[in-house]
Amino acid sequence: MFDSLSNRFEGIFKRWRGLGTLRESDVDEVLREIRLALLEADVNLHVVRGFQERVRQRCVGAEVHKALNPVEQVIKFVHEELIATLGGETLEITHPAKPPTVVLLAGLQGSGKTTNAAKLASWFKQQGRNPMLVGADLRRPAAVEQLRTLGASIGVPVFSEPSDPVKVARLGVAEAVASSRDVVICDTAGRLAIDEEMMEQVGQISDAIEPHYKFLVVDAMTGQDAVTTAESFHAVLALDGVILTKVDGDARGGAALSVKEVVGRPIAFSSTGEKIDEFELFHPDRVASRILGMGDALTLIEKAEQVYEEAEAEAAAAKLLEGEFTLEDFLDQMRQLKKMGSLQDLVGMLPGTPPELRKAEIEDEKIAQVEAIICSMTPQERATPRIVDGSRRQRIASGSGTRPSEVSQLLRQFSEVQRMMKKMGGGKRPGSGRKKPKKGRRGSRVTPPGSQQKKPGKPKLTLPGLEDGEFDLSSLR
Amino acid sequence: MALRRRRKRDEQAAVEQEAVEQAAVEQEAVEQAAVEQEAELAVEAEVGSTPVEEEDESEPESERASFRNRLATARGTFSGFLASVASRGVDDATWEELEDALVLADAGVGTATSVLDRLKERAKAEKIADPEALVAMLKSQLAEDLGGRDLELGTDGSPAVWLFVGVNGVGKTTTIGKLAAREVRGGRKVVLAAGDTFRAAAAEQLGMWADRSGAELVRGAAGADPSSVIYDAIEHAASAGVPLVMADTAGRLQNRTNLMEELAKIHRVAGKGPGTVTEVLLVIDASTGQNGLAQARRFTESAELTGVVLTKLDGSAKGGIVMAVQNELDVPVKLVGLGEGLDDLVEFDAAEFAEALFS
Repeated sequence: MFDSLSNRFEGIFKRWRGLGTLRESDVDEVLREIRLALLEADVNLHVVRGFQERVRQRCVGAEVHKALNPVEQVIKFVHEELIATLGGETLEITHPAKPPTVVLLAGLQGSGKTTNAAKLASWFKQQGRNPMLVGADLRRPAAVEQLRTLGASIGVPVFSEPSDPVKVARLGVAEAVASSRDVVICDTAGRLAIDEEMMEQVGQISDAIEPHYKFLVVDAMTGQDAVTTAESFHAVLALDGVILTKVDGDARGGAALSVKEVVGRPIAFSSTGEKIDEFELFHPDRVASRILGMGDALTLIEKAEQVYEEAEAEAAAAKLLEGEFTLEDFLDQMRQLKKMGSLQDLVGMLPGTPPELRKAEIEDEKIAQVEAIICSMTPQERATPRIVDGSRRQRIASGSGTRPSEVSQLLRQFSEVQRMMKKMGGGKRPGSGRKKPKKGRRGSRVTPPGSQQKKPGKPKLTLPGLEDGEFDLSSLR
Repeated sequence: MALRRRRKRDEQAAVEQEAVEQAAVEQEAVEQAAVEQEAELAVEAEVGSTPVEEEDESEPESERASFRNRLATARGTFSGFLASVASRGVDDATWEELEDALVLADAGVGTATSVLDRLKERAKAEKIADPEALVAMLKSQLAEDLGGRDLELGTDGSPAVWLFVGVNGVGKTTTIGKLAAREVRGGRKVVLAAGDTFRAAAAEQLGMWADRSGAELVRGAAGADPSSVIYDAIEHAASAGVPLVMADTAGRLQNRTNLMEELAKIHRVAGKGPGTVTEVLLVIDASTGQNGLAQARRFTESAELTGVVLTKLDGSAKGGIVMAVQNELDVPVKLVGLGEGLDDLVEFDAAEFAEALFS
């Protein structure tokens, strides 16, 4: 989502980066460009003005930092202000001594409350909690059915009854207590901020169940009006945070900045896709880095850690370096990658990914196809792809439901990768320090405070290709 | 991934079936909760069941009134935005405030600049020095830009097919429900095609609207191929002599290539059978920011849009992005959604819209 905004910033900074010194008129121009970029990203006009002003003041009163040139310093200010605007810290959910933890979701029609109620329930479940859903949207036709269907798909019970939303919410929490559920998530009807009656109702629901967390659900595609909406809901509910939805679209997501600025509460979660598990805690610092085109290496590393066994990684790396990387390993890596989420997301997180690649949609279907092709090969063929001749190719193609030309293409790509890997093995050892990504047009020279420097305590992961940016993911297309 | 997704949809389908059955009792009761609306509908349905030709003449009148009244309520809190402008002569600050107003209405910096550049020239030529006259001139300029289009929805075809497309959560299903009510009231039989086979309970939602509006619903299994569901609906309408099919589609973000290809296929297949696709309406939420333009671009690439439905304009959002859409793609706004009620969908009125931008 934030990628296109980051492209804009990249463009702005690229022009200035070469400059050693920065005159005041230059600062003005940079600020004007930033203003335009932020407005195009739908950041609210008033929020943009405040942002601009803060950056300007810091630029003017800045002491000269020896390690950074003036342009980098401006970037640093912008980055820090972005983090500050986005909310600084990641929200930490705490649970009361006496369960259940009560969560209330509210927002405009169509922002994604029902879907995200289920996603949040699933997230709590992953945290080892025992959630329950309450369907208090009695207004939209079939909203409760939608919640029940989603609840059933993630194994979370759903409470609702056709009475009054306030009553449903109260009974729902009582039901959760009775059935020893430790988290209750209450979905409510979508409502317009100016609909006084409905706003009063959501206030009543909140009073009835005294939620520990009250989240506003906001569509990432929202424009200038995000501020009005957030103000109104905040006035009635005293929000604890925001769930930002449809982040997987190509909206620039300025609403996130606006809402945070107005509500003064962090973006707590973001919903990154249609699948139920495409939902995560929001990390403002990382997103700020992404906006500035620094990638989101930390998230990537975390994701990799989740799925990639260290030993496996080591073994794979060793094999790689000796040039013994086989199709078998290739398949393994693919599957590991798939576990990490959609390829497109991953590519977006790589620092220095060229914009055109970041924008490109990497179709996960291609991976399924590659998987099918490799699975249709005999062990012998996987070990020595050379032996694949015309008739073997025909067999593999019909076995995997692909065309022979696609089999050839994969084999060609694989041998290319293998050749590259060998070359890497012969040269510098990956893992001996962060190399500048080969494809990146610029490395991240500015160190965002406390983000990329913070390496996890484990040995550096050598996920081939990813860390070193040598493995061109676009070749998978 | 398509496979995975399909599998997932199938799984979901099974679960959904269960849940739906489980919720069947619930559903009835929920409907009862909407008893008030039903009652309203009953009255409307009665009016609709005796098709009156003359109604065509009186309807636009009432619609315009409705547009104005409803917007007036919505805007009451925000009026006086330009009060400060009026108290001075025309200076740089005036122009800046006009730009701010356009930007805050989500018109976008680019559109705002080009609109104001033109206004500047005209103001200079006509020697306008009074801010109020300037604002009036701006409003009429915007109304001119946005108006003068044919807003009639095409009905030539047996059946005529209206396809509703858009990103998630903009109000496609609700729009269809309201429009179906309008058409049924006008004496036209309507088949609703539940082409959103992805979102949980989407078909149920459309089904409830079918009941409310007196239209007929054709649905497939959850997770079914949307093209074939819609095709079946068209065939059914053709054989039953129903002149109009309104097809719902799943919400899709325009950057998902595979989903956009699916939409292109839906569009293709819908035109293959006995029906004619006469309208492809992009539903845009009035609160949408600059992304709305990207939406319109990509959706028209996949399914040649014939118009825009701007929903939720009864809120505080002003929907200025449609100016950019109409300007760049020449796709007119045909309908406006002003509330959750059955009759809260009205024909677009450029002058009222322009007026509301600055209230």
